[in-house]
Amino acid sequence: MSGQHYLPLTDPVRQEMLASVGAASIEDLFLDIPSSIQLTRELDLPPYLSEPEALAHLRHLAAKNVNLEDYTCFLGAGAYDHYIPSAVRHLTHRSEFYTAYTPYQAEISQGILQAIFEYQTLICQLTGMDVANASLYDGASALAEGAVMACGATGKKNVLVSRGINPQYRQVLKSYLEVRGLELSEVPLAAGGQTDLDEALSRIEQDPETAALLLQTPNFLGIIEKPGHLADTLQQHGTLLVVSVDPLSLPLLKTPGEYGADIATGEGQALGNPLSMGGPYLGFLAARENLLRRLPGRIVGETRDASGRRGYVLTLQAREQHIRRERATSNICSNQALNALTAAVYMALMGPEGMKTVAEQCLQKAAYAREQICALPGYELIFPGVHFKEFAVSVPGNPEQLNEFLLQHGIIGPLDLEQTYPDLPRSALFCVTEKRSKTEIDTLARLLEGWK
Amino acid sequence: MNAAFPLLFEKGRPGRKGFSLPPCDVPLKPLEELLPRECLRKSHLDLPQLSEPDVVRHYTALSRRNYGVDSGFYPLGSCTMKYNPKINEDVAALAGFASIHPLQGDPTYQGALELLYKMEQCLKEITGMERYSFQTVAGAHGELTGLLMILAYHRSRGEERNRVLIPDSAHGTNPATVAMTGCEVLQLPSNDRGLVDTETLKAHLDEKTAALMLTNPNTLGLFEKDILEISRLVHEAGGLLYYDGANLNAIMGHCRPGDMGFDVVHLNLHKTFSTPHGSGGPGSGPLGGTTQLEPYLPYPVVAKDEDRYSLDYQRPRSIGKVHSFFGNFGVVVKAYTYIRIMGARGLKQASDDAVLNANYLLNRLKDLYHLPYKGPCKHEFVLSARLQKKRGAGAGDIAKALLDYGIHPPTVYFPLIVEEALMVEPTETESKETLDHFIAALKEIAAAIEADPGKITGAPFSTPARRLDEVLAARKPVVRWKKEQ
Ligand SMILES: Cc1ncc(COP(=O)(O)O)c(C=O)c1O
Repeated sequence: MSGQHYLPLTDPVRQEMLASVGAASIEDLFLDIPSSIQLTRELDLPPYLSEPEALAHLRHLAAKNVNLEDYTCFLGAGAYDHYIPSAVRHLTHRSEFYTAYTPYQAEISQGILQAIFEYQTLICQLTGMDVANASLYDGASALAEGAVMACGATGKKNVLVSRGINPQYRQVLKSYLEVRGLELSEVPLAAGGQTDLDEALSRIEQDPETAALLLQTPNFLGIIEKPGHLADTLQQHGTLLVVSVDPLSLPLLKTPGEYGADIATGEGQALGNPLSMGGPYLGFLAARENLLRRLPGRIVGETRDASGRRGYVLTLQAREQHIRRERATSNICSNQALNALTAAVYMALMGPEGMKTVAEQCLQKAAYAREQICALPGYELIFPGVHFKEFAVSVPGNPEQLNEFLLQHGIIGPLDLEQTYPDLPRSALFCVTEKRSKTEIDTLARLLEGWK
Repeated sequence: MNAAFPLLFEKGRPGRKGFSLPPCDVPLKPLEELLPRECLRKSHLDLPQLSEPDVVRHYTALSRRNYGVDSGFYPLGSCTMKYNPKINEDVAALAGFASIHPLQGDPTYQGALELLYKMEQCLKEITGMERYSFQTVAGAHGELTGLLMILAYHRSRGEERNRVLIPDSAHGTNPATVAMTGCEVLQLPSNDRGLVDTETLKAHLDEKTAALMLTNPNTLGLFEKDILEISRLVHEAGGLLYYDGANLNAIMGHCRPGDMGFDVVHLNLHKTFSTPHGSGGPGSGPLGGTTQLEPYLPYPVVAKDEDRYSLDYQRPRSIGKVHSFFGNFGVVVKAYTYIRIMGARGLKQASDDAVLNANYLLNRLKDLYHLPYKGPCKHEFVLSARLQKKRGAGAGDIAKALLDYGIHPPTVYFPLIVEEALMVEPTETESKETLDHFIAALKEIAAAIEADPGKITGAPFSTPARRLDEVLAARKPVVRWKKEQ
């Protein structure tokens, strides 16, 4: 029988149990299903596989994919190829963590509760914010939840969205916001590639119903936004500043806390999570203290046990769907806890120096690659703004063909920008992380130079 | 007081390192040249400083203060805490799955697309839907997206319908989801058998009805046997039927939501299809639709043309996107592996055993604890500890007492329509000995409450932490560590 190794009941035991419940056969327990919809045939699924056969089948499928262990990756655009220390997987794959569920029973879940409490703290330290939740689905939904929070907190309905925000995030924002009658409008980019903040401010001055301004920094095109004293001005208008940030930029870059953001969100994949074709990742969301009770999702808090010892529990649950139902701050239930644990383990291993090293190497290596590439004839940097690990370049041909060419040479090339920014034809977004070596960058530059 | 289990932050020591990276090999530029001062972080990055062994000991110690399915019985109702096969973890970690970039392009991940396509074929067959999207990563995420599809469908027909019906036994995510779509929630009282009452339903259906959201079997573990009548009524009123797939584990190979008349379905791969719950996630909540509804699924969907697979973005009626990229691919890999190992007969056997285990427990426990809704049940059932509560120890206390037996308690205080609810879902991956141990424990606890409820209200006694004060945590929230001033 298929899958029998997962099923401890044996036929004699099944018979004994059926007798004990007074059923003649297992079918007796399914008589409440109307006969007209009872399946009288077996499901038409592929034949079952034994464990070694399943492994062979899945290895075969996996082998059909170009993977980043064999290829050199210069692609980012929301998912990043950073080094993952060995210890990360070993620790997150302790089965007491990964086979548990939401820690409703705190007395036997102190392990994950403490780990999430530490995760919340690490996110606060990294972003400079006061409080953080226990994770959301991904960076896109975290930004959407942040925008919804801002509307709730201000009682306003209009949201300004920078065109520098990841196009996929903007699509998710649309799905989450429009259905509840919240309005999105886009703020254009200035010539330097950064959001036109003057334009944003004049829109806010004209529209007192603006709940929030949403920025991404570094933005999708790789440019670091300079909010300056923007937050103060926004505050005068009762508008919140909600940002989406790259967590690995924050060891170097001004933090959301420092420039006065009200809500800081982001994609946490880069913190130790493998690329896995786009998921599972995690969204983080941190905020100022006064927004604590508006946070979506789980939050872990400190308390005491009956013997007076420090311990941790899920807290402020009156915000959540299982208590508040249609008045909850969000419907989120299952989240990305194991990915949050992964992010915490990663940060614990890297420490301040490791995190800074990664950020600095991204910065230096991307700068080197930018210089090498943009010195080539036909390649030109599109935006003069300040960059971190990604940069947009106009290329002397069709980026899709360029990528086919690079792939033949073992390189996963840049993102074709034209698909999402039609006003940027023949342009590509390169990403360079700390994992890329000088040799790899030089090889890339040589190939680009030779590409016809 | 903190000595036994210090936080990472209390363990850090200046100068310790837990990472190893090569030096930067490109010519270095002065930082000021790359980043103007106004862009620089000013505050000190105050993360803890630990060596690798420090970190490994820390998390190993934490893991020992945690309890998973691998630790023991975990009959947490509505969550399907079945065994998580080890091969799933190995497969998802293969470089050809774990180390692929979501944007590297269709030709470079034909194997991944083929897997998604094959998985979609399996889920279509198991549920009787026409097409699936894998973008939704949890049940609640599927609910939200499914409602967006339903609203878009009505709008495409020129109808503004904004009321969603849900039974009062429904999970909290159902009403919370409805609110997120700006629709109105109309809660249907269940009848005395714990089911949707067709007369009540009829009375609440009108031209405002967008949908009925239903879990079947429902959260009491009972099959909505009037489902065909329910489906007819909702559709005649112009509404649609949404299937919350949390309880699919009861009926695989027996019947299918599509045949019951559901229009949109989400599944929880982290329940029915054995992927681990990760202490709260990640899950995966694939969303399926009938021929009428599938055009509204989030884009892209996977397409097959002869031997080539691709991501199809040309979906003019799609509701758009609800997640970056294609959802929790790594979780789908695990669930696909499980389905291939189980096959059609294995999945049906899983449902059979899940239902048999639940009925066995129900029968043996119904004389110890009040059973508000009669069986036979499907994969789970709900007891009420109201008699015990009268004596001084309620469902929450019983849950804590079970911890001292090394058992994870059932879900408590849900569904809301059962007073002092204990919601028990054993799953098919438990042996009769385990069930008997659970019965014995609940019997002793019931007897203890008869004799001296005070013994139970103090539980647990043998766990890594004693009972924790949730009221204190909520009254003065401390949600992060801070350096003592
Ligand atoms: C009946 C029911 N519906 C919906 C959900 C929500 O699923 P998820 O946690 O995957 O969002 C659950 C989860 O426990 C459930 O039991």
